Amino acid sequence: MIAAHYPALQIALPLIAAPLCVLLRRGTWAWLVTVAVSWTALYVSVQLLLQVLASGPISYELGGWAAPWGIEYRVDSVNAFVLLIVSGISAISAPYAYKSVIHEIPEHQHYLFYSAYLLCLTGLLGIVITGDAFNVFVFLEISSLSSYVLISLGKDRKAVTAAYQYLVMGTIGATFFLIGVGLIYAMTGTLNMADIANRIDQVQNTRTVLAAFAFITVGLGLKLALFPLHLWLPNAYAYAPSVVTVFLAATATKVAIYTMLRFVFTLFGTDFALDVTLLAEFLMALALVGVFAASITAIFQNNIKRMLAYSSVAQVGYMMLGVSFFSVTGLTGGIVHLFNHAMMKGALFMALGAIFFRVGSVHIDRIRGLGKQMPFTMFAFVIGGLSLIGIPLTVGFISKWYLILAALERGWWPIAGLVLLSSLLAIVYVWRVVEVAYFRDPPTNHPKVTEAPLSLLVPTWILVLANIYFGVDTTLTVGVADTAAKVLLGLGQ
Amino acid sequence: MDFFLGHYNYWIFIFLMMLGFYVVVARGNLVKKIIGLNIFQASVFLLYISIGKVLGGTAPIIIDGYGTDPVIYSNPLPHVLILTAIVVGVATTALGLSLVVRINEAYGTIEEDEISEMDREP
Repeated sequence: MIAAHYPALQIALPLIAAPLCVLLRRGTWAWLVTVAVSWTALYVSVQLLLQVLASGPISYELGGWAAPWGIEYRVDSVNAFVLLIVSGISAISAPYAYKSVIHEIPEHQHYLFYSAYLLCLTGLLGIVITGDAFNVFVFLEISSLSSYVLISLGKDRKAVTAAYQYLVMGTIGATFFLIGVGLIYAMTGTLNMADIANRIDQVQNTRTVLAAFAFITVGLGLKLALFPLHLWLPNAYAYAPSVVTVFLAATATKVAIYTMLRFVFTLFGTDFALDVTLLAEFLMALALVGVFAASITAIFQNNIKRMLAYSSVAQVGYMMLGVSFFSVTGLTGGIVHLFNHAMMKGALFMALGAIFFRVGSVHIDRIRGLGKQMPFTMFAFVIGGLSLIGIPLTVGFISKWYLILAALERGWWPIAGLVLLSSLLAIVYVWRVVEVAYFRDPPTNHPKVTEAPLSLLVPTWILVLANIYFGVDTTLTVGVADTAAKVLLGLGQ
Repeated sequence: MDFFLGHYNYWIFIFLMMLGFYVVVARGNLVKKIIGLNIFQASVFLLYISIGKVLGGTAPIIIDGYGTDPVIYSNPLPHVLILTAIVVGVATTALGLSLVVRINEAYGTIEEDEISEMDREP
């Protein structure tokens, strides 16, 4: 019985738990609620994915109102996979949060932190699961508003300005998206995504639909930090509390990319995007420039968190590069990189959070000699870094493999060469950290540090091992991504 | 000429949108930026309401005596959507202004150039 209501539970549980945390007013209790809800959400999303793989897309009528009028939750293999990424990262970072939050956030704000965290989770899951275009905007704002709050809780005062900057740019992006949805509604008279997809063919050559397409892609481009609309991201990630960086870096941009895929492929349709607009050419150019510009900027950062934030902008570039091929292999590469990047950046930011917990800084001068003092944390960072570069036997290799394959399939070997070349830039910035941590002596004017506590190490290592496991056994990730790519291109269920 | 006058509400929408956007981009005062953002969001409300309007249509209320006649009425859905968007706008403005208060406490100023000047020091 309850299995039929999984789509609603996925959203309702964290949504109800958020005000519950405020009522509890105790940090520890709120944390317990957060962990329980995150793991339940993971269980639900695994069940949803299994159901979808076994018996095709699920349509859930919220409140019993039939589809074009009521809000429909629609789960197919594309968003079931993204739901799994979001809830999986939340389930791993919630246990990690306990000690990290005690260390970084004043005690009287703990319960409010967990409340905002759950609201952010609600918003992200909601964007992914809903089948209603306006509902996407509502959930987008729920997740955005709570993430502005989460970012502003960082210890450094720059966190507040970073949150403010993100608020301004994020609101502009969301409002652009809202304008686009309004224009689509004006032309099709419906907000249900499947309904829009059916009706948009008749009006696709009007200027209004073109304007809607432009507003939506630019608005979502801001949210997903597509170069050159990424300016909010480096500071927001660098100064947010460690857990927030882990959670947002691994989920927020992925969800925005999913929304972009859903609107471009399912709503507007591949033919429209390819023939009427120049989206493929634009995306490919911006993705490649973004990969190089962000990777080169990352090399010159002395704050390691900021360095990884720039690297995230570059990784978004890889995902969009995969999308811009508009082929099954390319999309598979892009979608599988959503998952893989969540694994590697989650592991890397968790290791950095553990370093911050012991050292109190993530400046490159302060990690000298940490390879001996925090061996497990630093080794986790090294494997995460290797995965970021794309060494075989890690998930990073799988993503790059499919991107290069997609480029060669089209005969565009210079692009394959550029992907390889950009990996060399990743080697440079990862090596800078490794060199300082392993081959320099620890500073003498600071107290000796010890290994991070187990509650931080265990989640970090779960993600590190996931990096290796999914780098060897790709049946789940590539299998689902391949199905998802075919669904998006309209080649199958 | 008819095109311009007949669509005057859309022209106001575009004017307000660009005005708000300009204020966000060009002003250095953080409070003024939030006000600009608010105007920018409010302009979208006007777009949605304009979409819902049917010329000569009445309010979409069922009253005895009118219920069975095929009356022309404005589309109520955009109004409902915009109620949600107004709530979002209020929440964004409130959060933005409270962040400005925190910035003022931490930096002692709400001018963007002075803040980036203070952040530049290592």
